[in-house]
Amino acid sequence: MKIGVEHYLTVSIILFCLGLLGVIVRRNLLVIYLSLELMLNAANLALVAFSRFNNDLDGQVFVFFVITVAAAEVAVGLALIVALYRKRRTAHVEDLTLMKL
Amino acid sequence: MAQLPDILFYVFAFLTLACGFLVVLNPFSTNPVTSAMFLVLTIGSLAGLFVLLHAFFLAAVQILVYAGAVMVLFLFVIMLLDLPAEERRKVKKAGLVLGLISVGAILTIMLQSLLQSSFSSEAAPTLEGSTIPLGRLLFTQYLLPFEIISVLLLVAMVGVILLSKKDLK
Repeated sequence: MKIGVEHYLTVSIILFCLGLLGVIVRRNLLVIYLSLELMLNAANLALVAFSRFNNDLDGQVFVFFVITVAAAEVAVGLALIVALYRKRRTAHVEDLTLMKL
Repeated sequence: MAQLPDILFYVFAFLTLACGFLVVLNPFSTNPVTSAMFLVLTIGSLAGLFVLLHAFFLAAVQILVYAGAVMVLFLFVIMLLDLPAEERRKVKKAGLVLGLISVGAILTIMLQSLLQSSFSSEAAPTLEGSTIPLGRLLFTQYLLPFEIISVLLLVAMVGVILLSKKDLK
């Protein structure tokens, strides 16, 4: 059977749902963040697959932007987590219920 | 007789999903470092899938930026915080069940819509994601978003420096 766009989309959908499951089930702030990265990567895979099978390079440019934004997001998010950890000494989401430091 | 790219697709897809599963629900360890290392493996196999989709430049960027920069940052922070393994707390049953149901529902909806849509898979894909057309597109048609992205990176850099000051006001 020939590998088509639907195969890649299936992988992408399952990967996205795994990331979503991680965000919901896991209670460690850093693991939740890793699961977010998983979801972003699943979206990237779908974009590249569509770009390839529609003969349109715009999808790949979009993935380029997504990777850049993800890098910026990780830097800011991890700085926030470190600042939070310095104050509270915990990375467990159920102990972090106040927005105030 | 299956072709080599088809076999490679199944290999990389299996690796991606298995490592992605181990990031989220590792039955042997709840240590964040283990999760991060499996995420590196997931990103590596996704780069393999990108190569199979002829997106060579993106595969290289995926390895360099994600597996290289982002994950190293993650591992630095995890080891800096010196987190203990996630302790087994009592999870609220209702929340867990509702979460599983909602994720299952979203999975079902997306797979259903995938099954019901028809793709014209007869036309062989001819797109080559080589670097020169991608760079040309990036610096002509997408010049404005490119510049905005660079400003975004600057903003993120300033924000991180501000956030990581010792006396956060």
